Amino acid sequence: MRKNKDQIYQKIFAILAFSSLLFLTGIIVVLFKEGLPILDSVSIREFITGTFWYPTYDPPEFGILPLLLGTLWVSFGALLVCVPIGIGAALYLHELASYRQRAILKPVIEILASIPSIIYGFFGMIVVAPFIQKVLDLPTGLCALTASLILGIMAVPTVCSLSEDALSFVPKSFREAAFALGANRWQTLTRVIIPAAGSGISTAIILGMSRVVGETMTVLMVAGGAAVIPSSFLVPVRPMTATIAAEMGETVVGSTHYYALFAIGLLLFLATMALNVIAEVISRRYRLKLGLGR
Amino acid sequence: MKKIINVVILALLLGANLMAAGKEKIRMEGSTTVLPIAQITAEEFMNIHPDVVISIQGGGSGVGIASLIDGTCDIANASRAMKEAEIKNAIAKGVDPVAHIVAMDGIAVIVHPSNKINNLSRAEIKKIYTGKISNWKEVGGPDQKIVVLSRDVASGTYEAFNKLALNDEKVRRDALLNASNKAIAAAVEKTPGAIGYVGIGYITPQVKALTVDDIACTRANVVAKIYPYSRPLFMYTNGRPTGAVKRYFDFLLSKEGQALVTEAGFVGLK
Repeated sequence: MRKNKDQIYQKIFAILAFSSLLFLTGIIVVLFKEGLPILDSVSIREFITGTFWYPTYDPPEFGILPLLLGTLWVSFGALLVCVPIGIGAALYLHELASYRQRAILKPVIEILASIPSIIYGFFGMIVVAPFIQKVLDLPTGLCALTASLILGIMAVPTVCSLSEDALSFVPKSFREAAFALGANRWQTLTRVIIPAAGSGISTAIILGMSRVVGETMTVLMVAGGAAVIPSSFLVPVRPMTATIAAEMGETVVGSTHYYALFAIGLLLFLATMALNVIAEVISRRYRLKLGLGR
Repeated sequence: MKKIINVVILALLLGANLMAAGKEKIRMEGSTTVLPIAQITAEEFMNIHPDVVISIQGGGSGVGIASLIDGTCDIANASRAMKEAEIKNAIAKGVDPVAHIVAMDGIAVIVHPSNKINNLSRAEIKKIYTGKISNWKEVGGPDQKIVVLSRDVASGTYEAFNKLALNDEKVRRDALLNASNKAIAAAVEKTPGAIGYVGIGYITPQVKALTVDDIACTRANVVAKIYPYSRPLFMYTNGRPTGAVKRYFDFLLSKEGQALVTEAGFVGLK
């Protein structure tokens, strides 16, 4: 009786655990099934290097280069924001913060992660964009710079808490050995701790990047949304996610436009999956290096 | 113990069935533009007819029409007429889509309140939106870059504006994409050089609606079809409506229902 029960419970939890795999497979199948038919209408080259996105005109044009570059520019800008803040905060938390400061700062940074992205969007639209417009004297504050700033702030918790984890995984013996050799605190940090945690920190950056690339609501609200090839950080851009979110609801199901949107989704999925795989590979290697096993 | 739980669950299921039985269900899905009309009229309709349950979902015109074709909704809300491909698809699946015009909408051209311009001609608006005019001084305003705001290319409002104002010419590529009427109004409010277009219900005191060829975007001008950028809003059914759906349409198109349409920010037909 007892044994039976155990087995049943084991089965139930196994199903729960494997259900994620099922969802993932479902999503991949749908993305490929609905995304690939776009290749009947345009070639991969036209799709990726085309510079005109006019999906609803006759004849339609499905060039996603402006959207691709929109995503790249905004993500790159966000990295410039979240990497220094995130890693700086992690170093401070790990090395310098007193117990009380940690007790306040850590939860605060984590709250930053739990704010819904639409609130970031509001904040960007109502506060940051008008401010940037005024300060830089731009025609509009809804531009790549604003989107980068907001996305960067959104990614800070990911980068910070993962970097801090990486720092705390560095065995105490490393630090003790450095001190024993007469290194001061700064030397220990820059020559021992950070190199030892380096791959963990790169994982943090990559996962932060993956969060930024996939973010939708915020960029839809603050990036401006002009489907042009960005010439600077001060012009409106339209990232890929914003395009899908804005156009999917109204398009004719099963039309070329519909397939094109799924194809963009497929590209996004492949990009974020690649980022996650790279992060996983790096973090495994580095755990082995530190002798932590898997 | 287990038996008792089973009995309770069974009873609950039965009870839920009994409660829903005797009630007719109407499922509506589609355009977010039409959504406020559907919500306000459905609420009032259910107050008057407690025997009918109406469930409403957004999703967009394309999604609603696809659901009607798949038979997963009874009424598809659409801010645009069905496209040829959709009609073909419907007929192939044995669905006979019937259009009902349930309200009118005027698309207002709005600018920042500090803008000195009060009127633009249709030709000027077309030139601004297609990229031939980029500075306010070219239409008699100050030397200031025009920030052109447009809707996402799949939205019904965009499609209507594109047809009515631009004669299907392409919108300039550097136009800013906004995903909703509200987003356009909010952006125009914050941007001195901006021009945008929104449904008549979304004109706020913080933006200025321009007259087009000296005709103001008012309800009277929209109903009379004098205002050039007027468009109908649709609900689609499979075949002529019967039963609860017919009762709903009777209510929606009555004077009372159309008053609610106006209350929702659109222009009633009566």
